[in-house]
Amino acid sequence: MPTYLFWLFSLIMLIGGVAVIAFRNPVSSALAVVTCFVGMAGLFVGLNAYFVAVIQILVYTGAVMVLFLFIIMLLDLKEGTGRPQKPAAILAGLALVIAFTIQFIGVLTCHTNQEATPLDQATLANAAAIGIESGRIAPDSKIALALNEGRLPDVHLMGHTLFTHYNLPLQILGVLLLVATVGVVVLSKKTEEKKTEDRR
Amino acid sequence: MATLNHYLLVSGLLFAIGLGGVLLRRNVIVVFMCLELMLSAANLTLVAFARFNTYFGLPDQRGQMLVFFVITVAAAEVAVGLAIIIALYRTRQTIHTDDLNSLKH
Repeated sequence: MPTYLFWLFSLIMLIGGVAVIAFRNPVSSALAVVTCFVGMAGLFVGLNAYFVAVIQILVYTGAVMVLFLFIIMLLDLKEGTGRPQKPAAILAGLALVIAFTIQFIGVLTCHTNQEATPLDQATLANAAAIGIESGRIAPDSKIALALNEGRLPDVHLMGHTLFTHYNLPLQILGVLLLVATVGVVVLSKKTEEKKTEDRR
Repeated sequence: MATLNHYLLVSGLLFAIGLGGVLLRRNVIVVFMCLELMLSAANLTLVAFARFNTYFGLPDQRGQMLVFFVITVAAAEVAVGLAIIIALYRTRQTIHTDDLNSLKH
């Protein structure tokens, strides 16, 4: 990814993140989170993770943040937005964040930096040859075809990995989603029936 | 070209912003959004490591697979968390963390 694009998307992401905290209105905060996630999806594209970038937009900004907006609308949170903060809480929060940032930068400075290996035609064709030789990629598959043409078939590779090496986790994930759906329905159901039962 | 440390720096800053939001804000919904920010910062780190660690000559698909699972679990977590917030609002009529002090008194 060219450096100027990296900084552009990083700035969008970080400004969105700061705006989440800075806005007093929860709706503005939710839209700031959307901005932040769009910037992050740009960074994912720069990291050649096209599938994850699309999922980030679809799931996070499309589904999760809309759910947040619905809940904010449902609760109608107008009162108490201008409540003063305790100065001790602000100081403690800022101190923790600054301590974290200093530690983190300290770790980064003694971490050996790494350049990305460029994904040009030769590298990709070489990867295809290695994959076919080790039996990971079928010789006549779309993955091998795209790699030999010099394209990175990210979605095909993700699907291949998901359904060959991660099949059981995928099934468990389906069960988890089902459990979450049932749990949400149970949690958000009104509890009046229970109360009448208790009275009896 | 952006190097690995660039991505780690940016995702660490985003994590710090999310942490600050969790500590500073008093609205449970905004706190929850900041939790999502921290989770996404971890995702960015995972994808960056996956890109910079080549596996059979290609970006490491296993790291992106972990991100895929994290995003899915996060979606389920958001649904359950928001249902809990709704239940909380129904019983206490508030979602400000200052007013939720029944364990303290």
